[in-house]
Amino acid sequence: MKKRWTLAHLEDRAMRTIMQLASLVLVGVLAAILVTIFIRGLPFLDLDLITKTPQGGFFLGGEGGILNAIVGSLLLAGGGTLLALFISLPIAFGINVYTGASRLASLLRMALDVLWGIPSLVYGAFGFTIMIAFGMRASLGAGILVLTLLQIPIMVRSMDEVMRMVPSELSQAAYSLGATRLEAAWSVLVRQALPGLVTAVLLAFGRGIGDAASVLFTAGFSDRIPTSLASPSASLPLAVFFQLGSPFPEVRGNGYATALVLTVLILFISMLSRFLARRLSRNVIR
Amino acid sequence: METQIKIRDLNVYYNKVHALKDINLDLPRGQITVIVGPSGCGKSTLLKTLNRFHDLADDTQVTGHVELDGVDLYAPDVEVTEVRTKVGLIAQRPFPLPMSIFENVAYGMRIHKLARGKELRDKVKHYLEVAGLWDEVKGRLNTPARDLSIGQQQRLCLARGLAVEPEVILGDEPTSSLDPISAKFIEERLEELKKDYTVVLVSHVLRQARHLADYLVFMYLGEVVEAGPAEQVLSAPKNDRTRAYLQGEFY
Repeated sequence: MKKRWTLAHLEDRAMRTIMQLASLVLVGVLAAILVTIFIRGLPFLDLDLITKTPQGGFFLGGEGGILNAIVGSLLLAGGGTLLALFISLPIAFGINVYTGASRLASLLRMALDVLWGIPSLVYGAFGFTIMIAFGMRASLGAGILVLTLLQIPIMVRSMDEVMRMVPSELSQAAYSLGATRLEAAWSVLVRQALPGLVTAVLLAFGRGIGDAASVLFTAGFSDRIPTSLASPSASLPLAVFFQLGSPFPEVRGNGYATALVLTVLILFISMLSRFLARRLSRNVIR
Repeated sequence: METQIKIRDLNVYYNKVHALKDINLDLPRGQITVIVGPSGCGKSTLLKTLNRFHDLADDTQVTGHVELDGVDLYAPDVEVTEVRTKVGLIAQRPFPLPMSIFENVAYGMRIHKLARGKELRDKVKHYLEVAGLWDEVKGRLNTPARDLSIGQQQRLCLARGLAVEPEVILGDEPTSSLDPISAKFIEERLEELKKDYTVVLVSHVLRQARHLADYLVFMYLGEVVEAGPAEQVLSAPKNDRTRAYLQGEFY
């Protein structure tokens, strides 16, 4: 019964060290990014920046703020998320309730995985091609549509994963009470998976609000807050991009401050999703 | 004895596996039928034909007839959700729905529009009383059902099943996941329920079969070897395999 150092012990110890180092790298990178943005952006973050639109020569160091990009990004990502939800939920239902383990379901899953992997720039270019064919100009509406396409695979696959985790006995309990497939899906699948579904929606929102390439061609950029779906819209990632490329130090500073705003927004969303998930899991069967 | 469930030439195939072979049975009304047999003999498969649960699996094929009071449950014009309200099921492990205790019992009545308002509340209370759970949960009807103990959960599932007003109650080893006291409690409930319902149980506990069964079915390798009034089968089995099983030579 005496303690010995065998190969198995060494492997165990080595594995744990590797795991700790890997985690450290992850946390370190996040911390480095946050610190950089905070140090460089915080001095330039003031009320004007988040409450005013760009005035004349803002990108050359003039007066104004990035309210156009904040509102634009919220509209783009919000609209995209809403549209994506209307398309994603039926697909996720379809895969899990109606087609089961069929070939159609695995085909859909593969298609979604491929769509997930396509770079957002390609979505943007695709949207741009369509727009040219119809003689449309860059607009909030077009940006929302392309973001919807970008968000659907993320949303469906995340929903799909949480729905697959729901034990089949739970749906069977509803079926044994005479529920139809739709009744069982709403009352059991959605309730049981609700925390995960909310996370899926907010994950897609996060992807949408953080993406620059897909809205570059399709939503364009504007110093004004969009007044209709047909007017072009600014977005935070593009605002960061344009400002960081500037030769003027104060404009670059504003760029970091803009990045800070975007990061705080995303941080807020992920905290909100965790909070909601915990609140909504009150009735979840474990 | 009056027959309520009549099974004729019933065959079930899982993919290519022939799971049930030419089953013919007459199950009595208002009694407890217990289906016994070694693991994998088709007990649960037979039980699931009675509420058309095999409809849910694409790779399972059912042929033959199951008649409930003269109506063939597998006839093309029969609504499957109605079959499942008439023939309730208590599963092996309790799975409460992801809702409150009250909503679990109200759920079936809501989807079938059986009651609402005060009537609904009264019925929920009634069925919780029948299942012997009311006194334990009356002060916390709106708390999540998952917080109940597993024995309480199984009684909740019983109340939930009774609330849609079935005529037949199926039990797929409904006590096998429970502690002895909870199991005894469920057994007592089932004995009381046979006054108003026909009960069909699957059991691999011989003691339970001896204790509860009015009518006994012994299955082996997908076939019914012997079926009859429990007293008769238990005391004087006609078939050698039945005798060997009852004497505990295999299980």
